[in-house]
Amino acid sequence: MKLTKMMMTTTALTLAAGAAFAESHGSMAGEMTVVSWGGAYQNSQVKAYIEPYQAMNDGLKVITDESSAEAVTKLRAMAEAGNITWDVVDVVAADAMRLCDEGLAMEIDPDTMLADAPDGTKAADDFGDLMVSSCFVPQIVYSTTFGYRTDLLPEAPTSVCDIFDTEKFPGKRSLEKRPIGNMEWALICDGVAIDDVYTTLETPEGVAQAFAKLDTIKDNVVWWSAGAETPQLLADGEVTIGSTYNGRLFSAIAEQGQPIGMLWDWQMFDLDGWIIPANLPAERQARALDFLKFATDTQRLADQAKFISYGPARASSAPLVGKHAELGIEMAPHMPTDPNNAKNTFLFNYDWWASYRDDLDAQFQAWLLK
Amino acid sequence: MATTLPPYATTGQKIWYYAFRVFCGLVFFYLIFPILIVIPLSFNAQDFFTFTPEMLRLDPAGYSLKHYRDFLGANGDYSWLQAFSNSLIIAPAATLLSVSLGTLAAIGLSQPHVPYKRQIMALLISPMIVPLIITSAGMFFFYSSVSLQGTLAGVILAHAALGIPFVIITVTATLSSFDRSLTRAAANMGADPVTTFFKVQMPLILPGVISGGLFAFITSFDEVVVVLLVGSAGQKTLPWQMFIGLREQISPTILAVATILVVISIALLTTVEMLRRRSEKLRGMSPG
Amino acid sequence: MAETSTNGPMLAADGTPLKQSLAKALKRQKRMALLLIAPLLIFVLVSFIMPIGSMLMRSVQNTAGTDYVPDILPNVVVALEDWDPATGELPSEAAFKAMAIDFAAAFENKQHTQLGRRFNYETPGMSSLFRKSGRPISRLKIDQVTDFKSELIGMDKDWGKIEYWATIKANSGYYTASYYMAAFDAERTLDGVQMKEPDQRIYQKLMIRTLWLSALITLCTLAVGYPVAWLLADLPLRTSNLLMILVLLPFWTSLLVRTSAWKILLQEQGVINDIWVAIGFTERLSLINNQLGVVIAMTHILLPFMILPLYSVMKTIPPSYLRAAKSLGADNTTAFLRVYFPQTLPGIGAGALLTFILAVGYFITPELVGGADGTFISNRIYFQFSSMGNWGLAAALGTIMLLIVLLLYYVYDKLVGIDNVKLG
Repeated sequence: MKLTKMMMTTTALTLAAGAAFAESHGSMAGEMTVVSWGGAYQNSQVKAYIEPYQAMNDGLKVITDESSAEAVTKLRAMAEAGNITWDVVDVVAADAMRLCDEGLAMEIDPDTMLADAPDGTKAADDFGDLMVSSCFVPQIVYSTTFGYRTDLLPEAPTSVCDIFDTEKFPGKRSLEKRPIGNMEWALICDGVAIDDVYTTLETPEGVAQAFAKLDTIKDNVVWWSAGAETPQLLADGEVTIGSTYNGRLFSAIAEQGQPIGMLWDWQMFDLDGWIIPANLPAERQARALDFLKFATDTQRLADQAKFISYGPARASSAPLVGKHAELGIEMAPHMPTDPNNAKNTFLFNYDWWASYRDDLDAQFQAWLLK
Repeated sequence: MATTLPPYATTGQKIWYYAFRVFCGLVFFYLIFPILIVIPLSFNAQDFFTFTPEMLRLDPAGYSLKHYRDFLGANGDYSWLQAFSNSLIIAPAATLLSVSLGTLAAIGLSQPHVPYKRQIMALLISPMIVPLIITSAGMFFFYSSVSLQGTLAGVILAHAALGIPFVIITVTATLSSFDRSLTRAAANMGADPVTTFFKVQMPLILPGVISGGLFAFITSFDEVVVVLLVGSAGQKTLPWQMFIGLREQISPTILAVATILVVISIALLTTVEMLRRRSEKLRGMSPG
Repeated sequence: MAETSTNGPMLAADGTPLKQSLAKALKRQKRMALLLIAPLLIFVLVSFIMPIGSMLMRSVQNTAGTDYVPDILPNVVVALEDWDPATGELPSEAAFKAMAIDFAAAFENKQHTQLGRRFNYETPGMSSLFRKSGRPISRLKIDQVTDFKSELIGMDKDWGKIEYWATIKANSGYYTASYYMAAFDAERTLDGVQMKEPDQRIYQKLMIRTLWLSALITLCTLAVGYPVAWLLADLPLRTSNLLMILVLLPFWTSLLVRTSAWKILLQEQGVINDIWVAIGFTERLSLINNQLGVVIAMTHILLPFMILPLYSVMKTIPPSYLRAAKSLGADNTTAFLRVYFPQTLPGIGAGALLTFILAVGYFITPELVGGADGTFISNRIYFQFSSMGNWGLAAALGTIMLLIVLLLYYVYDKLVGIDNVKLG
């Protein structure tokens, strides 16, 4: 062990010159790196948050990064290296909780660091239950749900269990290549009550039951790993029903005019929001906090909904959600949180999956390879 | 297998001869078609990845430079241009590093008595052989521990290491046919080793050095796995941007970028071929 | 004529014995050569070899976050020393007390969830237990509690699970074999280390799939590349140089360009399917996001690595041999099989080995065109590494793969020689 340490120290010294050069490059004043998920979602953030913020801060250069999917791994490495190159990071709530627990994200005090609602409601109350971690500033509520081809199916599916009915609803389905979501839907459609889903999945019999249900459609499934795939597969007519993030389906329906309908039954809610990496240099931290305060105020969150159909995380933003920026259609009915869409829902169970994800993922992979 | 069909060939031989030619023609088509197909598609006026009816009718309205304008930032998105300029910083820097160190080492390796020559060669060529995912994971861990992860210097070092094998291979190949009596002659006539190197050896091995450099350049210019892990947003290169575009949603701008890259490869290949012939001529190996 | 020679050794100009002088010169030459090589050797050592070494270390280090597990749980390690999980009894009160003390310190340093994650790799459920126990345990007043066992179990009944404690005990050293166990599809049970059920052995299956697809791709490149190399070797230099450009251009073209070209060509609404439908077929072919797509695209990408070594070997075979065989009465097939083919074997060996080595490590192309059943072990390593954050398992899988590749590299060196790698 000592030998490696010594070798590493020597190397560190050898490379110090290079690193010094690079660091002076990275922490230039007037530069901010914002990390998000890419695609239409990141575009909506650029339009609603980044561009207005840049207009207020002359000369600020914003670098965008699309690495949110690898955020936890990369932040761990950056912390280990003591060289954090990101300033503001968009992550799902589960990742925010992990980063917060590990001390990789800074704690945010909603009273002092976030803007209150226009009517004076404290930020903490405005976000309410959605502040699931003390490091996490929620931004949107999104859901993983189904879209279907209105012209290729004999009738419109009304229940999530219709995806398991290949006779009534012929054609292939696209499902995400991971157990989360699919296992829950399989059990719900196999008659397990929603409250018992996770206790059932903790037993080998429950896992077998879920796989048995998925087995009934396995030959008809195209597996996706990027959110853009299902809209594409639906547009190509390669699948007739498919799961993806609701915002992706919205752009396929409203912006591209595809013959796709929404199936909101048992949609899986999840939260997405911002964190700031812990231990940033003071100047960059101040800049990141300033941006965060701006980007999560009531108006800005409502603005984002002009570009993509994700529900703003502040209660006070909901009434301000207006029309789509270019298409002029009312956005409210397309929100996953709209009462008409949210009859049957469940929330992505962070805590449970944190414990069982590794194991179920391996079993899921084995099931796929069968 | 004869180049020309003799007049006395039997029918069977004729069939065999033509079948063989047709098969080879198909393979050449398979090799080159996917690369050339992106060129016309990149001028598509629409956001499709296939030929539109307008394009097939050769209707000018079916064609446009839209995707090239997007590459240049006409839609307000300068990320492609930024990535391109990052690539143009990283690749030459990595090339310079691997060529200078690699050429010196290749000269050392081609001396007549080098202890552990085979082992050293094996070590220096290994970056080409070790799967990139392993190299990049290792670099990710190690560069993190020495504060190089996410820095420009880190990406350049990593890419230089990947380029080394190509420099070593091409330069040692040139040196193997280098006539050692020339340096002795120069030394005899009173030239010191440094003068000998620059006046005698260097001009003769230069073609090998340059083509090794071009290989190192294209290696860095193409590389995506290492930069994904060792780099951060500030070092986003062109291949990185393409990889995101391909994995997320296929943006048609990729076709324009692909065309630009194909043109660059053609230019590099031409240079290397010319250098190879020049060097063979210089060393009297080939009629040219 | 005066006798000037002596019986002593031959002398060099400066008067030293020639033998000695030559030995000195040889030594100087060796030193000079090493001096020239040294900078690069050091560079490769630091920028490439040490990173790989650090990955090898990760596969056996028993860490949670940046610290070793026994450093985070020093008291627990000592307290569990005498405990034997096979007895079926919970550890002693002292172990529970040690856990409360160490856990509170870990919570203070924000290490308790990483610790939970570490144990959770082996025993699902522990991550949740550790996360939930963080604050409650840190609030315990250590000197006032009399019965830690019932205190902890009262807090969360999972603290009373023997298999959890067994996992902690099994992972209390500085080094661990558990990542390799996982990589070989084995698991630790209360009855010792056992292989998983055959249908749960994912890494075995992925490894076999990777090797099988790589072999298939190598075979395809050979089948397609052999005739082309032969033609190139047989044609006059001017023509073959021209055709060689068709082989070299793909070699020089960006891997991403070639992969995206195949993605565009092969997709459901792509050029090939459009032609297929235009010919009159109604059913579109699924050519992508499966093994077929990977084989088509990777054969194309690796073809130059097969053609070039084949070509350079075939170039050295005098065409007169085949003519001689035929004039001696051999028919075409016999002449080829008995005379030409055996002489090309070194080229086949070189090309096939190089292609296979490169194929085994592919990541980008399977990721983009492989779909669910065409991915390689590399893709799984990347997934474990970046999405699951299980760096130890990623490193263990990587090490196994590295060993396979190095073995092939060794064979290549013995058969072909590394200095015989040809690049265009």
